[in-house]
Amino acid sequence: MRMRTVEISVGGFMLAGMLALVVLALKVSGLSLESGKQTYSVTGMFDNTGTLKPRAKVALAGVIIGRVTKVELDKQTYMAKVEMEIDSNVDNIPIDSTASIVTAGLLGEKYIGISIGGDIDYIKDGGRFEDTQSAVILEELIGKFLLGSVSDE
Amino acid sequence: MTEASDNFIEIRGLTFHRGDRTIFNNVDITIPRGKVVGIMGPSGTGKTTLLRLIGRQLRPDSGQIFVDGQNLDLLSREELFRTRRKMGMLFQSGALFTDLSVFENVAFPLRIHTKLAEPMIRDIVFMKLEAVGLRGAWSLMPAELSGGMNRRVALARAIALDPAMVMYDEPFVGQDPIAMGVLVKLIRMLNDALKITSVVVSHDLNETASISDYLYLIADGEVIGQGEPDSLMNSDDSRVKQFMNGLSDGPVPFHYPAPDYKKALLGGEVG
Amino acid sequence: MSIGILDRVAQLGRFGLDQIQSIGRAGVFLILAIFSRAGFSNRFSLLTQQLYSVGVMSLIIVTVSGLFIGMVLALQGYNILIRYGSEDAVGQMVALSLLRELGPVVTALLFAGRAGSALTAEIGLMKTTEQLSSMEMIGVDPLKRVIAPRFWAGVISMPLLAAIFSLVGILGAVMVGVDWLGIYEGSFWSSMQASVSLVADIGNGLIKSLVFGFVVTWIAVFQGYDAIPTSEGVSRATTRTVVYSSLAILGLDFILTAVMFGEL
Repeated sequence: MRMRTVEISVGGFMLAGMLALVVLALKVSGLSLESGKQTYSVTGMFDNTGTLKPRAKVALAGVIIGRVTKVELDKQTYMAKVEMEIDSNVDNIPIDSTASIVTAGLLGEKYIGISIGGDIDYIKDGGRFEDTQSAVILEELIGKFLLGSVSDE
Repeated sequence: MTEASDNFIEIRGLTFHRGDRTIFNNVDITIPRGKVVGIMGPSGTGKTTLLRLIGRQLRPDSGQIFVDGQNLDLLSREELFRTRRKMGMLFQSGALFTDLSVFENVAFPLRIHTKLAEPMIRDIVFMKLEAVGLRGAWSLMPAELSGGMNRRVALARAIALDPAMVMYDEPFVGQDPIAMGVLVKLIRMLNDALKITSVVVSHDLNETASISDYLYLIADGEVIGQGEPDSLMNSDDSRVKQFMNGLSDGPVPFHYPAPDYKKALLGGEVG
Repeated sequence: MSIGILDRVAQLGRFGLDQIQSIGRAGVFLILAIFSRAGFSNRFSLLTQQLYSVGVMSLIIVTVSGLFIGMVLALQGYNILIRYGSEDAVGQMVALSLLRELGPVVTALLFAGRAGSALTAEIGLMKTTEQLSSMEMIGVDPLKRVIAPRFWAGVISMPLLAAIFSLVGILGAVMVGVDWLGIYEGSFWSSMQASVSLVADIGNGLIKSLVFGFVVTWIAVFQGYDAIPTSEGVSRATTRTVVYSSLAILGLDFILTAVMFGEL
């Protein structure tokens, strides 16, 4: 009988440990978003991605609809090619929509925000955002501000 | 070879050092089959070491030890474990496994070395416990036993596999007179009833002398006397006399070697 | 005077030789314990018993510590990040520091104090009371019967304990950050999910805790087995286990971190 309580509690301990790992994988690293849902992939070319990383979120009107899967340099155009996966049930994004890289808060992470265009055709799997807006680089902003004020005078 | 079959253990020219200290210097000991042999000597003369050499938990620097006609030095690991099965050992502290009950302690060697069915193991364990008079204590844990009971359970465990020889390491130390009497009786009784060879290592003179057929007296790494208990009692050797009669001073000095006391008091260097 | 200096040098040399010798002994000991084939029918139940005393008995201290550390991290992080308006990043900060560093390291330190010292004391006591010798005389190798199950129990328990620690810590951070300080729950989790990677963070943390479990248990069982068989010897061995394990954990943590996250 004593041995039985030992066995049961060891079994419970092992289960709890495994469960903790699974919860960490699913809930904390957000594994389910990738594997569970149907998605389609879209690309966009950006002049500058700032610190955008794979797994950053893609948001429309503040709602997460997908994730960035790859950020790489396009050697011909010297631009950054960003691949993202968007949930299949959001299948009505007009092709002239704008993808812009924005920052959550002053120090928060970079993500892609989508502003809806007016076209009646929608972006399909393998499609591409023609209209993009690069990340705002703080130094450039300050530079522009200084130059702008100089030219005004 | 006829001699080898008469003697269960033969030790020839045994020398053993621990660090710089010589524990044994060219010692010969013979332990005849079926007898109770006492090995006695002052504390710290390496009596326990001798038992460990016989069980080959330690290896001698030189000399041979034969157990049941086999040279321990030449045994493979497998053969060694087989030879050890012929030897039961009762450790000074009993050495019961503290996480197992009395029953499981006695069953331990059986479970390891035999493939007996559970009812069979149960019968043997109760038989051994009955032999030491503790069948009623089978369900207790070692922590619940008194010192004497502890040693008796350890004895039951030592004889679980029906060994040809049992070695007792200081069985009488720290026992009250009753427990001591019980142990003395048990050692003799088991020896005669099971026809085994017994080696009793001890410095308790009266108890050991009363059950031994033959005595060895060890001091300073050598055998200083041997013989039947009565003849040793009447020995003329001064060292044997000192031990057998419990004299405080003699060839084994009362004082640890030191420079002259008067000189030390008068401000001489220490050491 | 020159003799004095030479003596010192000789002393240092002797000390060095002793240390190297004991490392060598520990290595041989480990190999014998791990690679010996246990011939017992009940080795599974021996392992279960040890998993209980090593793993289950450490659960309470690990859970409680994890909870409080997570709560403190959330509180501290919130107070700093709120100045930059980035309190959403609390989730990310807590998760990363727990998974990468605090989970494996603090769990290993607690494990060394709780389970490691107990292992050393238990084995040392078995040696003092001649249980190991008598096992040998009965014909059972104590390395297989006593050491191996304890060693494996330690190696198995550590990563599980570390995972539980991290998870409970994150839940503690949710309690403080979301329920008490009022961070918006959605952004708390999403900032976490955006920055925590399965392989680089959870995987590497797991590897760290495996390494720590291996080293701590090794130190603990060896110190017990190598202890001088007196009560003083055992108490010293127990102290050594805690000191050596803690140093080993912190030193190894730096090396592992440099290898895993060095390029970032």
